[in-house]
Amino acid sequence: MTKQHANWSPYDNNGGTCVAIAGSDYCVIAADTRMSTGYSILSRDYSKIHKLADKAVLSSSGFQADVKALQKVLKSRHLIYQHQHNKQMSCPAMAQLLSNTLYFKRFFPYYAFNVLGGLDEEGKGCVFTYDAVGSYEKVGYSAQGSGSTLIMPFLDNQLKSPSPLLLPKQDSITPLSESEAVDLVKTVFASATERDIYTGDKLEIMILKADGIKTEVMELRKD
Amino acid sequence: MTFTIPIDNGDALKNAEADSQRTLYPYVTGTSIVAIKYKDGVLMASDMGGSYGSTLRYKNIERMQAIGKHSLLGASGEISDFQEILRYLDELVLNDNMWDDGNSLGPKEVHNYLTRVMYNRRNKFNPLWNTLVLGGVKNGESYLGMVSMIGVSFEDNHVATGFGNHLARPILRDEWRADLSFEEGVKLLEKCMRVLLYRDRSAINKLQIAKITEEGVTVSQPYSLKTFWEFSAFHNPTAGAQGSW
Repeated sequence: MTKQHANWSPYDNNGGTCVAIAGSDYCVIAADTRMSTGYSILSRDYSKIHKLADKAVLSSSGFQADVKALQKVLKSRHLIYQHQHNKQMSCPAMAQLLSNTLYFKRFFPYYAFNVLGGLDEEGKGCVFTYDAVGSYEKVGYSAQGSGSTLIMPFLDNQLKSPSPLLLPKQDSITPLSESEAVDLVKTVFASATERDIYTGDKLEIMILKADGIKTEVMELRKD
Repeated sequence: MTFTIPIDNGDALKNAEADSQRTLYPYVTGTSIVAIKYKDGVLMASDMGGSYGSTLRYKNIERMQAIGKHSLLGASGEISDFQEILRYLDELVLNDNMWDDGNSLGPKEVHNYLTRVMYNRRNKFNPLWNTLVLGGVKNGESYLGMVSMIGVSFEDNHVATGFGNHLARPILRDEWRADLSFEEGVKLLEKCMRVLLYRDRSAINKLQIAKITEEGVTVSQPYSLKTFWEFSAFHNPTAGAQGSW
């Protein structure tokens, strides 16, 4: 008798796009608010951005149940860290923790596409970009999710990142001002919404600075 | 009377013997649930059918149940798994009452608990084959959320499972308002249920509507909707193609 194969999948892609851009003293993290399954929309108002620590904000798209579980794990690990070290986790520390947490489930992965944004120990903006099993890199900007293929080339063009082949390694933090970066984010999402069916409804933008976090919401096309 | 002692063989993915004990496909299923927030709380509608594949086997199944003082759970999908979930929630509510501290489980807590249960079963490759709708009111705040069989959850002003997501949700997106009165809310739900009755083959014309407000949960007596089949297009559908059926 042949082995029975499951007629259900433990994974689903709930869609959406996440973007983050690092500046000299700020970090912009943005994501759309559409949650889909197949060709249906489940919610037009679902936030994909989650604050993990004062200086570290995570934005994830992919399979929403895995994303939620991942956030719970990181939140509880952060709480333990705060109890043990009497301080909040820095963004680079959270970045390493996220990578390790993802790799821990290397053989039944969290189907989550993450972008971690925040301020490093010197107060400069930092963005870390991940794949589903935890390989990560510190970059000046990144896009993940269903619209990432539409957005990344445009960000490469606009943010004129120095070649990664150069030695010594050059910082890819953008010289743009905060308002210019926010405008750029609004532009890329408006464009991605046109061509990606899983991106749209509303855009949520979080601007992280040393004195706190500001949130902005912009309407996107709902079709 | 014989009964089998349940055997815990562990993870159904690694253990071959446990394979025979995990859910492969649903047997007796309930169709859509539709729910909306309204002025005083939450309204939820479901029909009373339980299908066995393409047979409409059961016509008196209550797919909505009150949970504690503040919440109402509606389920579509495998009925036996729904009954199992009710047993879990029974234990949860019992333990909550035993604290006897004046606090009681609200809809947010129940929704979170259900999400964790569904997700954990999915992780063990032995899912509870349901899509659940959890609505409730606590301390004046209305809550309405949904959990799928693989643990995807969200909350919104209106939710619908299965066919309801395709047929009812667009109507709700167009006509839902935050200040719907009870009568308006019921009319809106009936409009959705009527469309489902016409177009979902597993729907039956025997439905219940449940209301949750700060005062508590009430589930209506079953009733049926008026339908209209005298559209001229249905009278002689093959008029333009004689010999067709």
